[in-house]
Amino acid sequence: MIPLNYYLALSAILFSIGVVGVLARRNAIIVFMSIELMLNSVNLTLVAFSAYLGNATGQIFVFFVLTVAAAEAAVGLAIIIALFRNKMTVNIDEINIMKW
Amino acid sequence: MSIDTIVFLILAAASIISAILVITRRSPIISVVYLVFNFIILAIIYLTLHAQFIAVIQVIVYAGAIMVLFLFVVMLLNFAKEEMLTEKVTYKKRIAIGLAVVMSVQIIIGISTSFGEHPNQLSPVATQIGTVEHIGKVLFTQYLLPFEITSILLLAAIIGAVVLAKKRIG
Repeated sequence: MIPLNYYLALSAILFSIGVVGVLARRNAIIVFMSIELMLNSVNLTLVAFSAYLGNATGQIFVFFVLTVAAAEAAVGLAIIIALFRNKMTVNIDEINIMKW
Repeated sequence: MSIDTIVFLILAAASIISAILVITRRSPIISVVYLVFNFIILAIIYLTLHAQFIAVIQVIVYAGAIMVLFLFVVMLLNFAKEEMLTEKVTYKKRIAIGLAVVMSVQIIIGISTSFGEHPNQLSPVATQIGTVEHIGKVLFTQYLLPFEITSILLLAAIIGAVVLAKKRIG
């Protein structure tokens, strides 16, 4: 039997990879994909705890996280399209008009 | 080493490698494809945890709907020049990678120091709680109000996306 800690460690590693993506990449779309990666690693934690503790609440929570991720992706990609239309770039270093 | 552990380690390695490929590839299209692969691997991991319903909606909603939206946007945005995609390695990136490594070490130390407190095997009812039947029962009784509020969130997202992405008239 696999200990729960293996799943938690895998989730921690995936989350850290997502953090590297958000901090290090400058392409807004890849930053977005890294956020999805982080949301998914937290889902893995919730499902693992749900299965090991025998409680369905974790899986219900994953359902809600999925909904939030879908809403976030729709709005975020709309923002990226609007930005690209106005500034012709998706490099987040060049999008600094609110930097005051 | 049992067959369970071997399967888990293979899946874990595949998901970590595909996640690293997502954030290191230069072209967003290749990143999207690796992210879809990563999501499918995660769905298989959910199946090993007997979470059938979550595994299926992971494939349908995440790998299907959300990633198709990503792919659609990547195709829509026309990266005319190659240099729009290239990124320089700056000191900021090195600091970012250092910080993330520190954070992951901290999380893993946090997990491993609480070693004795976590259960070491799947709950005996794990095969029952992941079914569509049980999830549906819990979702539509105990969590009915949050479920209904979700619809407001989705409505807000639809309106927000349309307002943001539409062309300004006049």
